[in-house]
Amino acid sequence: MPRRDDIHRILLVGSGPIVIGQAAEFDYSGAQACKVLLEEGYEVILVNSNPATIMTDPEFATRTYVEPLTPESLALIIEKERPDAMLPTLGGQTALNLAMDLTEDGTLEKFGVELIGADREAIARAEDRELFRKTMTDAGIRIPWSITVESVEEALASLDSGDASLPAIIRPAFTMGGQGGGIAETREELEDVVTRGISASPIGQVLVEESVIGWGEFELEVMRDRNDNVVIICSIENLDPMGVHTGDSITIAPAQSLTDETYQRLRDVAIAVIRAVGVETGGSNVQFAVDPETGEIAVIEMNPRVSRSSALASKATGFPIAKMAAKLAVGYALEEIPNDITRATPASFEPTLDYVVTKIPRFAFEKFPGADHRLSTYMQSVGEVMAIGRTFRQSFAKGMASRELDSTTEIPETDEELLEAIETPTPERIDLVMAGLERGVSVDEINKRTHIDPWFLNELAALAEGGVEDGDLVYNSVDTCAAEFEARTPYFYSSREPKSTVPADEVRRGDRPSVVILGAGPNRIGQGIEFDYCCVHAAMTVRETGRDAVMVNCNPETVSTDYDTSDRLYFEPLTLEHVLDVCEREKPEGVIVQFGGQTPLKLASGLIEAGIPIIGTPFDAIDGAEDREKFGALIDRLGIKPPPYGSAMSAEEALEVAEGVGFPLLVRPSFVLGGRAMEICYSREDLAAYLDANVKASPEHPLLIDRFLENAIEVDVDALCDGVEARVAGVMQHVEEAGVHSGDSACVLPPMSIGEEMMEEIRAATAAIALELGVIGLINIQFAIADGELFVIEANPRASRTVPFVSKAIGAPLAKIATRIMLGEPLADQVLPGMDNGHVSVKEAVLPFSRFQGTDSLLGPEMKSTGEVIGIGHDFPTAFGKAQAAAGVDLPDGGTVFISVTDTDKAAATQLAARFHDLGFRVVATGGTARAISGMGIPVDEILKIGEGSPNVVDLIEGRQCDLVINTPTGSGARTDGYEIRSASIRHGIPCVTTMTGASAAVRAISARREGMGEILSLQEIHGA
Amino acid sequence: MRERSETGFVLLEDGARFDGLVTGATPGQTLGEVVFNTAMTGYQEAVTDPSYAGQVITFTYPMVGNYGVSSAAMESGRAQAVGVVMRNAVNRADAATAEAGWLDWLEEQGVVAISEVNTRALVRHIRDLGAMRGGIFPASVPVEEALAMIEASPPMAGQDLASAVSPDEPIEHAGDGPHVVALDTGIKASIVSQFTERGCRVTLLPCSSGAEEVLDRNPDLIFLANGPGDPAAVGGVIETIRSLIGTRPIVGICLGHQLLCRAVGLETFKLPFGHRGSNHPVKDLETGVIEITSQNHGFAVLGPDGNRTIESDEPVRWNTDFGEAVLSHINLYDRTVEGLRLPDAGAMTVQHHPEAGPGPHDSRHLFDRFLELAA
Repeated sequence: MPRRDDIHRILLVGSGPIVIGQAAEFDYSGAQACKVLLEEGYEVILVNSNPATIMTDPEFATRTYVEPLTPESLALIIEKERPDAMLPTLGGQTALNLAMDLTEDGTLEKFGVELIGADREAIARAEDRELFRKTMTDAGIRIPWSITVESVEEALASLDSGDASLPAIIRPAFTMGGQGGGIAETREELEDVVTRGISASPIGQVLVEESVIGWGEFELEVMRDRNDNVVIICSIENLDPMGVHTGDSITIAPAQSLTDETYQRLRDVAIAVIRAVGVETGGSNVQFAVDPETGEIAVIEMNPRVSRSSALASKATGFPIAKMAAKLAVGYALEEIPNDITRATPASFEPTLDYVVTKIPRFAFEKFPGADHRLSTYMQSVGEVMAIGRTFRQSFAKGMASRELDSTTEIPETDEELLEAIETPTPERIDLVMAGLERGVSVDEINKRTHIDPWFLNELAALAEGGVEDGDLVYNSVDTCAAEFEARTPYFYSSREPKSTVPADEVRRGDRPSVVILGAGPNRIGQGIEFDYCCVHAAMTVRETGRDAVMVNCNPETVSTDYDTSDRLYFEPLTLEHVLDVCEREKPEGVIVQFGGQTPLKLASGLIEAGIPIIGTPFDAIDGAEDREKFGALIDRLGIKPPPYGSAMSAEEALEVAEGVGFPLLVRPSFVLGGRAMEICYSREDLAAYLDANVKASPEHPLLIDRFLENAIEVDVDALCDGVEARVAGVMQHVEEAGVHSGDSACVLPPMSIGEEMMEEIRAATAAIALELGVIGLINIQFAIADGELFVIEANPRASRTVPFVSKAIGAPLAKIATRIMLGEPLADQVLPGMDNGHVSVKEAVLPFSRFQGTDSLLGPEMKSTGEVIGIGHDFPTAFGKAQAAAGVDLPDGGTVFISVTDTDKAAATQLAARFHDLGFRVVATGGTARAISGMGIPVDEILKIGEGSPNVVDLIEGRQCDLVINTPTGSGARTDGYEIRSASIRHGIPCVTTMTGASAAVRAISARREGMGEILSLQEIHGA
Repeated sequence: MRERSETGFVLLEDGARFDGLVTGATPGQTLGEVVFNTAMTGYQEAVTDPSYAGQVITFTYPMVGNYGVSSAAMESGRAQAVGVVMRNAVNRADAATAEAGWLDWLEEQGVVAISEVNTRALVRHIRDLGAMRGGIFPASVPVEEALAMIEASPPMAGQDLASAVSPDEPIEHAGDGPHVVALDTGIKASIVSQFTERGCRVTLLPCSSGAEEVLDRNPDLIFLANGPGDPAAVGGVIETIRSLIGTRPIVGICLGHQLLCRAVGLETFKLPFGHRGSNHPVKDLETGVIEITSQNHGFAVLGPDGNRTIESDEPVRWNTDFGEAVLSHINLYDRTVEGLRLPDAGAMTVQHHPEAGPGPHDSRHLFDRFLELAA
């Protein structure tokens, strides 16, 4: 069947901000879909609120809307753009849920929009637990027993009636990454998890399900076309058995431990599942539990859309699932599409691998003190690495090396302690297992404690004992066909291979000059998709200048590891050894290290030692900015002030230095990412506690101590410099006051309360620093303005997290411009529009607190956000309101606001209360805050604090009698009132603002929304493209 | 690796050498046609498939032996391939269904194997230059000597290997349904069980049996089995088939398909490196459905006008000595003939392996189609 000619405009919905369970993989799949649909001659209307995505670059769609992914905003866009069809299967759970909402509220029907890829019924059959169970049972497919409940009482009753038993798994309906679910082993746990699950499910429904903990977990990636042809793209085996979310498991492709007989049965069931659910075209993912003893198979779930696993499967096999899904959705059949990699064979086949792929998740528990480290059925990892090797051992060893862990796992001294520790799945478990095997603990014993398949344990034991085999370094192709056909696509991995007399290496280098771009490795808090965005822009630009772009990265979720992005992709760990090997093979003109965050920077000195040129800002300039002494001297020469600071090589020295710097102060270890282990200390006692708890200061790793400027305005600047001149591209004013990490603070461009004189001072200081450092490319500088005075806090001569945001806000691709400069073009030749284009852009951070039970949701100097959104409007309140909506913060139109603030905020709180009152809100407050508010003549209902009896503030929140919480910290740490208030808000999904400036912006946004949001404009309209 | 492994190499007739560790049976030396199989599972089924007789199988999937061996995975009574080439071998039996370790079993079965070989380099070489004669040798054998042995070994084209794997005596499998009588040129156990699962009574005859002997058994359906070697070299069987055409409905798989085609006057040719694996797309031209199939063949049937490939997706027709041939299946990888019907002769055949074992089950329904002819 050929391309459909009856549709012309297609609405494509992205997945929004990076959150746990929904990350960069949807930029990869969405960007592929955009490309395909435009190539096929369709008009693409794209909606995604995440500015740090390649798909929202204006050239990827006909119309690009960086608007909140809510039914309301989608309806407005549909009304304006009148698409013929909506493709909802490439934007994760977000897009799928929106498709359901827009179907149910009649919007799609009203405007004649057809759902393509998967229709409402199919989505419902896969996503509604009850319908799924019925669909599977009707098709004769075994699934674990389960009951759908909508209340805790129902769950307990089913336990009493024997319909359910423990242990049981709880899965909320319509959530992604299993959010809100968990395992219950006791009646109490069942109560807890069901409560949480019902609250997490948008339809208040959870499934209580038979626990198949300890069974093997497998996934099959399936594709179906309009002719009902079905192919399996990839099988994936989880090293961690059932009980750990697949996103948190180490997974291996293809499946290793299955006989052909069992594998073929899984294949048959997967095909039956996609047919029964009725996914018309595209990719789906089917998850299985397999009893290792009996071979019994049960289907756990299916995703009727492109998923994280399908991105992994695409990278693992070379088969571009999203690209194919887009083509299938517009009418093509698999046999009509050529396989990209061979070009000689059709896509209607099943990829076969001649290598082994390992995916290892990356966690961030260290960022969330107090959070339970146990892994469960809901996802908690923030990123992942993938490694390709010719044998399992090669693959696994590369995967472990790719993780870039910040710390090493502590290994218990005795075997028994170690064995006890590995009974519970945690991020550290694999390191403990390896340590146990190294120590000679038996495979049998470890298998008993972990249920990890002996096949894996035997291989790991061999690895622990003998390491990886030697051999010649060979770059092999990923070709979908195990070399049966010649690969046309330059996608490589390194291997150690035995000798042969025929040439083994498959890299065809050609004779054009090449530039190696080092990627950012696994996503983690502080180093996310923003850096991949920059790397992709670098690759695009390198290609435009007539050179070969060579990408090195190990993150399967990204656009940078799409083989289409570069001329040659090396899927390799970002370690010096592997990068030097690539350079040896490539003999590049140079290496770009300034776009991939800290990961490539850490390799820069090693590259220089090996004689490999760094392109752009020289390494000593980067080092000069990181080294406090050197940087202090530099800005001193320029007459620019830093806040008072010092550094210390020991705890004693730290206390001494602190006296000179003055309190409050900010203390952190040197060379950190995203503010790890950074804290504000208000007193000598605070500092002493910090030194006790955290930090071993040493001459190699000195502690950095800065005066913390209270109530200062923080400003982020992204600028470009070619060594001759420097130009500021964007100045962002933080919405939250100083002390909140810039990555977690909302910010606004252009700044809303900085005068022209100060702006001039900022520009001058930026230019002076960039030129003095010798920056060639991008630089990010953070300033603070306190009492009308400008202080420089830090300078990072590299791409910053805000580059994509600024690029979208001003309508110019900063990373592309930077790449041109780095390759020798003058800055004067580049077009750089100003910030003032009649629109205000707000960036808001998206925080993962709801994923981490037991952690506090306060913002501080340590970065905790996983992603960001953009809101663009005609004024600040509108843009801020959109950014909040996009970030999933549902600011209420009216109702009850609860206010409880620290003493210093009381004055501001009365003004805030007055504004809420004027907007018709009922104001509720505790003790001191209530008295301060009523003292100003504003009606307020007083409510008890937690210790004062019942009903208290937490009861108010738990009873959902409150629509907005404003709570500034009166003290950090667990078990304070503030902590309980914030935790309860998160549990019940009630917006909770923890800073006064944030609260003030929120009230302005609520007020602005009443006056209408103004016309929704696409990026193309905003920037006149 | 196991203690009994020693350094060695795979040598091809063009002199290409691939170093590795010889394991499996001793003495660690073997000669045969070196071919490759791209399936990721089913190593034991492949090695016991009689169609691999006389061949050295290179597995492209690097980890071989992961789940051990079991009697359920035997496609015939013994190992049939003469050698196995692997990137990495596993010799453990801790999987629930494993009855023995893979390398232990290979040794017991007398199959010479070599591991730690850059199989990808080997496969790319064969892909570019075609399947060729070769062998596995211990390092103690000088390369020149090994090359001389290879040159002295017979090429695959022209070899009748089917007779060697055919049973000496008829074998009966009971059943109440239609009687399927097979000329056993090396039938796979999975084919027999596909028939018996459908209630058929199955009789396997030595492939040297004449037409009379077949008809004496009073078959409802004559089955032409898979098997090894060059279809052009099995002249006697082709003559038998020629006499059987028109007497009873005839169906065939793989070598059986090639033999029937030769019997009606069509020609076969040697593919450059064959089709061996579990992922080949085949289009059923009668239904339009694409099936992912199990394949194992080095020869193929020429299409209309003697063409090796067919560009159309239509069920093209062309003449044979026994009326029209109608193309029923086409291979979407290289557009070679994958199956046909001979309506006038009441016959249908396919090149691929609908019985799977190993491989996908997409085409198993073809056995129902076969049996419709018998009805």
